[in-house]
Amino acid sequence: MDTAITVVLDGLVFSSYLFIVSFGLTIIFGVMGILNLAHGGFYTWGAYTAAFLIGAAANAGWPDWIGFPIIFVSAALVGVFLGLGLQLGILRFLRHRDESLVMLGTFGILLMLEDAIMMVFGTDPYFAYQPMAYLGHVEIGGIARDRYSLSMVIVAGVVALAGWLILKGTRYGKLLSTVIYSHETAQAVGIDVSKFYMGTFVLGAAAGALGGAYIAPTTSVVPGLGMEVIVMSFAVVVIGGLGSIPGALAGSLLIGLVRAIAVHEFPSYELFVVFVVMALVLTFRREGLFAPNKIRTI
Amino acid sequence: MRFGPHRIVRFALGSALLIVVGLLVPGWLLNQLMFGFARGLAVLGLLVLFRAGLVSLGAALYFGLGAYSIALLQRGAGIDDAIVLVLLASTISTVVGFVLGFLLKRYRGIFFAMMNLALSMILYGAVVKNRTLGSTDGFSIAQPRFFGMLFTDPSHVKLALFSLLVVVVAGAMYFVQIYLNSTLGWIGAAIRDKEIRVEYLGYSAERAIHIKYTISACLGGLGGAFLALTLGQVDPDSMLNWVVSGELLFVLIFSGTASILAPFIGSFLFELLRTYALELTPIAWQFIIGGTLVLLILFAPNGVWSIFELMTSRKRT
Repeated sequence: MDTAITVVLDGLVFSSYLFIVSFGLTIIFGVMGILNLAHGGFYTWGAYTAAFLIGAAANAGWPDWIGFPIIFVSAALVGVFLGLGLQLGILRFLRHRDESLVMLGTFGILLMLEDAIMMVFGTDPYFAYQPMAYLGHVEIGGIARDRYSLSMVIVAGVVALAGWLILKGTRYGKLLSTVIYSHETAQAVGIDVSKFYMGTFVLGAAAGALGGAYIAPTTSVVPGLGMEVIVMSFAVVVIGGLGSIPGALAGSLLIGLVRAIAVHEFPSYELFVVFVVMALVLTFRREGLFAPNKIRTI
Repeated sequence: MRFGPHRIVRFALGSALLIVVGLLVPGWLLNQLMFGFARGLAVLGLLVLFRAGLVSLGAALYFGLGAYSIALLQRGAGIDDAIVLVLLASTISTVVGFVLGFLLKRYRGIFFAMMNLALSMILYGAVVKNRTLGSTDGFSIAQPRFFGMLFTDPSHVKLALFSLLVVVVAGAMYFVQIYLNSTLGWIGAAIRDKEIRVEYLGYSAERAIHIKYTISACLGGLGGAFLALTLGQVDPDSMLNWVVSGELLFVLIFSGTASILAPFIGSFLFELLRTYALELTPIAWQFIIGGTLVLLILFAPNGVWSIFELMTSRKRT
């Protein structure tokens, strides 16, 4: 029973964190049709920015709780500066290119972002444990668990809910749905598509960075942090169906729980198990669980 | 006959010339040539798929399979002849490619890329945590024999291996050229344009893709096998990780897809670029590589080959 609780909690925490990262990946694909391999770069940048600022705040003698606003500010900073910069500087010019070529372009950007980290922050690891220490522990099922990790579930819930409400309940969301359905139609009825592309990319980049920034206090922040996470979030969004927010939610829950079971039952084979699940889902649902039906054109 | 005896003679002469070049160049350059050609074989496999509009993010699966086959056959079965090892390694990856092809022939676009990614990461996830397979460190390969001979001088081993590599590269180019100029090869371009029209013409797009996938698996395995033999070791992060697949695709775009010669020239140039970038700034070499890729995609999407062609066509006019 205790093991079951541990597996479910571990799974939920990991799912939440995967969901935050995958949310960004899936909305960028949904709106712009770009499979953004550079997403791992946003994640690493978010982690480094947060760790650096939290460390600086601690050195300046600021209270530990300040770490929480810093995490969100870091994500926003990365989203606005990196996201906007890349969209305006590079991706804008690739809009009408072949999707696989654009995907490779984002691979180039990923390599650049990974090295830019080392140029800016150096190669030494960063630690930012203050927010985690501030929240302390809580006992669930006889095992002490840190409240910080559990708070990730709440953050993921807020991201999912906010994404859903904006898309379904606001004017912007309705306009965005038009852009997703057909950017040509959207343009024809007078929607400024490039503005929506820009906004989506910034939001997606910020979500990727938020994943990294929120995980930063729980680990040592080192170069190459984003490379493993990004393949996992590919698994998530592809399992769910690219471009679908409920799909990303289902995908992260599935992957998170499967990974937690693997970690407890067959330790060290978690990567193997995650991709077996991905391959199995793709075998039976070629385009993922929540993929919309497509019309075959001649 | 477009592929008659004179073409074989040309390929043989070209190979002989290259082997002579291998004799003359300094050791470090020979290494770069070998890395370039080994990777070039895998890139040629990606080119065959790319001509049909398919991009795989899991090329490392066959690349790593070829490399680990060599290492395991040598360690486990005690086979130490380079030619037998290469033959067996390419057979293994071809068979795996053929079997997985039944599944993958149904996928297109991003889903083809992703299914390949999943399959390659399954192998990576298995190898990286398996102690007998060397985990993240990999393990080393003993010096191979050639026709039963064991060379004592390492530079002779290198040269023998290079000669074998050149012969395999020439053979691969010859057969891929014949294939790409056959009806089945040209169907690739038609599939890329509009698959359903291919079906209306009475050809099976899925069967054509299955063949292309198997060819690309065979070439990927050959590439990995030669890289392992050249390096004298195997390790998951430089042969099996998804970043390797990305790098191979990078080289494909870097080289251009217009000619079957391009992957080899492009891979060699890429090796040089990587070596110089690494020497210039150890912490920013990936930045240089990534920046080159972005610039190429922005300004020369048809690769280095297109710049080359542009230059020669200007000369002609």
